[in-house]
Amino acid sequence: MLKVNDLHISYGGIKAVRGLNMTIEDNKIVTLIGANGAGKSSTLRAIMGQVPKTSGQVLFGDQDITNLHTRDIVKEGIALVPEGRHVFPNLTVKENLILGGYTIQDQSAIAERLENAYELFPILKERSWQKAGTLSGGEQQMLAVARGLMIRPKLLMLDEPSLGLAPILINEIFEIIKTIHAQGNTILLIEQNAKKALEIADYAYVLETGSLALEGTGPELLHNEKVQAAYLGEQKS
Amino acid sequence: MAFFIQNLVNGISLGSLYALLAIGYTMVYGILRLINFAHGDIFMLGAYLSFYVMTLTSLPWWLAFLIATILTGILGIVLERTAYAPLRQEARINVLISAIGASFLLENLAILVFGGRPQPFPVPEVLDRSIKVGQVSFNIIQVVIPIVTAVLLLVLHFVVNKTKTGMAMRALATDYEASDLMGININLIISVTFLIGSLLAAVGGILYACRYPQLLPLMGMMPGIKCFIAAVIGGIGNMTGAVVGGMILGMAEIMIVGFLPSLNDYRDGFAFIILILILIIKPTGLFGSTAKEKV
Repeated sequence: MLKVNDLHISYGGIKAVRGLNMTIEDNKIVTLIGANGAGKSSTLRAIMGQVPKTSGQVLFGDQDITNLHTRDIVKEGIALVPEGRHVFPNLTVKENLILGGYTIQDQSAIAERLENAYELFPILKERSWQKAGTLSGGEQQMLAVARGLMIRPKLLMLDEPSLGLAPILINEIFEIIKTIHAQGNTILLIEQNAKKALEIADYAYVLETGSLALEGTGPELLHNEKVQAAYLGEQKS
Repeated sequence: MAFFIQNLVNGISLGSLYALLAIGYTMVYGILRLINFAHGDIFMLGAYLSFYVMTLTSLPWWLAFLIATILTGILGIVLERTAYAPLRQEARINVLISAIGASFLLENLAILVFGGRPQPFPVPEVLDRSIKVGQVSFNIIQVVIPIVTAVLLLVLHFVVNKTKTGMAMRALATDYEASDLMGININLIISVTFLIGSLLAAVGGILYACRYPQLLPLMGMMPGIKCFIAAVIGGIGNMTGAVVGGMILGMAEIMIVGFLPSLNDYRDGFAFIILILILIIKPTGLFGSTAKEKV
């Protein structure tokens, strides 16, 4: 579905990502893990066309989306739920969701998807007339995910969905990710919480200072000694 | 009593004009975090264009006003595309300086093209009649100004709160990147914002010219500064605030001069006194707020 070839990203003179290759297959959960500053968010934002790529290529299906505008990439069917949720605090929950479907012209499709969102997140229905800024952190994250789903993305990218949430909410968010995946969605997930991410991932990439350090299936990496030591906080006994 | 009502009528009329102009400042600031210093000059261009459309063609005055308004709106978009858009990725101070430069350019261009001498404005006769109700006498234009303002504000309220474009504008005002991720065409929304702001400034300029029928290339400077102050008083970025701020300023100016005529020479100074007071007492303005991040 998505193929990233030899992606390089620089900010000024600093190389954030150097030569990343990545493939995401249909209906899989793929996760990208790594320490802060490893280039995970930069990669997602480069895929969305929000940061310029120094070189490399992004293929989505058969199409080269390397140089498309963000809004055209959205129209192609990729949604990014950004780190830090970024809901529109002064807009109502419902307006946030409608904006998620900004690129969709068909009004009835938007109405239908609003219903789907409310089904998946009943709390959002209760709060549909509330300003998004009044929601709790967990609710805002649900809203951000629901907003991303409004375009029925072929690929849903989640950037640190569990960041800053209480443990009980983190479990809930991961349950939601599994549910969304079970509905036939393809997901690219970035997580600090490497253990949880690897547990649900079909395939995983480990980034270290902008380059690929490791890749493998979720269970493989979960049992990999290097990953355990570096990201799972487990000591060799 | 009659004297008070007389001043009230004058105050509402001037306050409405300020409100029209203040909205443009607040909308542009809300979306670009830019103080569009050239906004007062757009106001001036609106007045001059209406004069030229009216005198160079034989169109009825209302059609001439409408055409001038639309032309000014387009000029607003051109201003944004040429003076601000190329600097979108630069530091904010650069855009601010470009705004000051654009203002000087428009003012001096106006002196060059329209001439530096005051130009009498031919007020349409229908608007120029004077009416007397009891002890209070006023011009038709003084009633027309608040009515036109109210209608435009209602339309604006509808556009901003009920349309998809308005929703995108509000989204863009709070979060540029997330708006981008929604697939919003940011350049288009910014153009629409400048269009709306400039249309309102043009209407303001034309009505102002009907009320004070003299055109000058620098006529936009003082109203521009005052309306920027009005926007700050209301809480810059907040549209209700801009309207309320404009009203307060217009009313205060008329009332103080009306009841303390000896201060007439200082009338332009009141806005600044109010500004200083607001910045000391409530720096975010009457309706302004600061957002906090939720965890």
